[in-house]
Amino acid sequence: MTTVLQSRGLGKRYRQRWALTDCTLSVPAGHVVGLVGPNGAGKTTLLNLATGLLAPTTGTIEVLGGVPASSPAQLARVGFVAQDTPTYAGLSVADHLRLGAHMNPGWDAALARERIGRLDLDPAQRAGKLSGGQRAQLALTLAIAKRPRLLILDEPIASLDPLARREFLQSLMEFTAGGQVNVIMSSHLVADLERVGDYLIVLVDSRVRVAGEVEDLLATHHLLTGPRRDPATWPADWRVISASHTDRQTTLLVRTCSPIDDPAWVVEQIGLEDLVLAYMSHTPDPASNGAPALEVQR
Amino acid sequence: MIWLTWRQFRAQAIVAAAALAVIAIALAVTGAHLAHLYDISGIAACQAHSDCGTLTNSFMNQVKASPTYKALYDGGVAILYAVPAIIGVFWGAPLVTREIEAGTFRLAWNQSVTRTRWLVVKLGLIGLAAMATAGLLSLMIGWWASPVDHALALPQGRNGTSGINRFAPLLFSARGITPLGYAAFAFALGVTIGVLIRRTVPAMAVTLAAFIGVLITISLWIRPHLITPLHAISALNAANIEGVTSGTGSGSPMTVTAAVHLPGAAWVLSNQSITASGHVFTGPATNACTTGSIQQCNAHIGSLHLRQLVTYQPAVRYWAFQWYETAIFLALALALAGFCVWWIRRRRLS
Repeated sequence: MTTVLQSRGLGKRYRQRWALTDCTLSVPAGHVVGLVGPNGAGKTTLLNLATGLLAPTTGTIEVLGGVPASSPAQLARVGFVAQDTPTYAGLSVADHLRLGAHMNPGWDAALARERIGRLDLDPAQRAGKLSGGQRAQLALTLAIAKRPRLLILDEPIASLDPLARREFLQSLMEFTAGGQVNVIMSSHLVADLERVGDYLIVLVDSRVRVAGEVEDLLATHHLLTGPRRDPATWPADWRVISASHTDRQTTLLVRTCSPIDDPAWVVEQIGLEDLVLAYMSHTPDPASNGAPALEVQR
Repeated sequence: MIWLTWRQFRAQAIVAAAALAVIAIALAVTGAHLAHLYDISGIAACQAHSDCGTLTNSFMNQVKASPTYKALYDGGVAILYAVPAIIGVFWGAPLVTREIEAGTFRLAWNQSVTRTRWLVVKLGLIGLAAMATAGLLSLMIGWWASPVDHALALPQGRNGTSGINRFAPLLFSARGITPLGYAAFAFALGVTIGVLIRRTVPAMAVTLAAFIGVLITISLWIRPHLITPLHAISALNAANIEGVTSGTGSGSPMTVTAAVHLPGAAWVLSNQSITASGHVFTGPATNACTTGSIQQCNAHIGSLHLRQLVTYQPAVRYWAFQWYETAIFLALALALAGFCVWWIRRRRLS
């Protein structure tokens, strides 16, 4: 198994609106993948396609080599924590664990019990009476205890307070530290993904803008400051992500694999959050060396 | 999946069981005495000396004199109409919509059970529970009301009481095995409408309206033709005229009906008088009937040599009709269930 998610020309249309267009992705195994993008960019659509809750309008998607939700075995391989972490309000915490045990052949009852005990959740408590953080933890427990090979989380922490958010991420990291599990987690908060993720997909306006390992992304993106010059003089292998100009000075975010030799440029490393923001705030330009006039939003 | 279905259905099952128990107790407590009244009425043996009308009349008067019996008899009919509708509205319609509204289908459909199986198990188990509930109710209410139903199924004669027999449209749907078919159908209808509308309250309202519409359509326009009706033609004379309606003036339209004498509880579809040439008699009224006495009018009608044409389904066809009707509704229920499964597989809901 070399890829956990492979999509070709994947698209999804709701009536007149395309929620995802021409999404071609190949996510290698062994990563905690952060899926980031502004609200409405298509993150939930992509994840719902990956879990088989949605069927694609165009293109194909394979998860762990199989068609999403096509068989009980495929369902058993993928754990999913949906947006807003839905649980049955009328069912108790213990009922949810029973649900998991009855509906998943690979259910790890000991793991589920141990997690619920450690989280200090009362098994007799109805899920409807839990706090948002507790409910998210319950949903995560259900998804983890079925022992999936891929865990998909759709903005699990978006509505949580900072403490609950940290505890949730803590739980997730404990789980991924065990290895052998792939995670895809969406969020519109880069900082959260930066803590747990080592692979990033940036989705903007229903299109994939950039995807790759965080280390590679940071190593190949450079923030350059230098005297204002004609863009035609920039090296051909530069991909300019963003550019801003003053009268005499130019600031560029450039993606390139070759080193920056020209001493006229002051080279700075860019943080992941700034990198993502640069991708989010600039619409793609057909000309690879084009210089969009937008400022980097801070 | 069976466990989850039961766990989510548990509260509704308990309500249904409690309601069944209350109804069973009420029927058991009063049913024995009603059966006793029937036994001592002599109706059971009346056909030997064919004076059933008088015996039935006195028995029915006893029954009608008791507010409890009247309420239970009418209530039983009402319950057997209401229960399939309630099942459709409260078990069927919310089955999928509440999962959509709460977003919990995303939880359920990501366990290691395909959504097809999820739906098939739910439809199957709750559908069976719906049929069992309606079947038990029909059995209990049918047992309780059997003395009255038996009495009304007998040839009534001139002194007979007017009542609705079990083959007549109103009672047909509240007796025998038809409630079972209605319950299965109403449940599947509710689920289907829920799947299409996706919101609980509108789905409940549409389910109720659609169920009533289908029931009326079937009983008024389809059921009478399930088997070709029979015709009975007999002479119409002054002695067996039952009703005369006419305008006030000489020459105005007039219709004549005669008493129907058919064995057992037949379902009379129409009762007309026809002329010697075979046309339906529509008048004209003569002075004998507009200004004369009843005897004069009857004598006049007798001289017209009219015949009575009764179109009917004979009593022996009762169970054939019960099975046909139940089969139709079960087939509709299966078709709707199949549609729901197909729809959920194809549309994936979100």
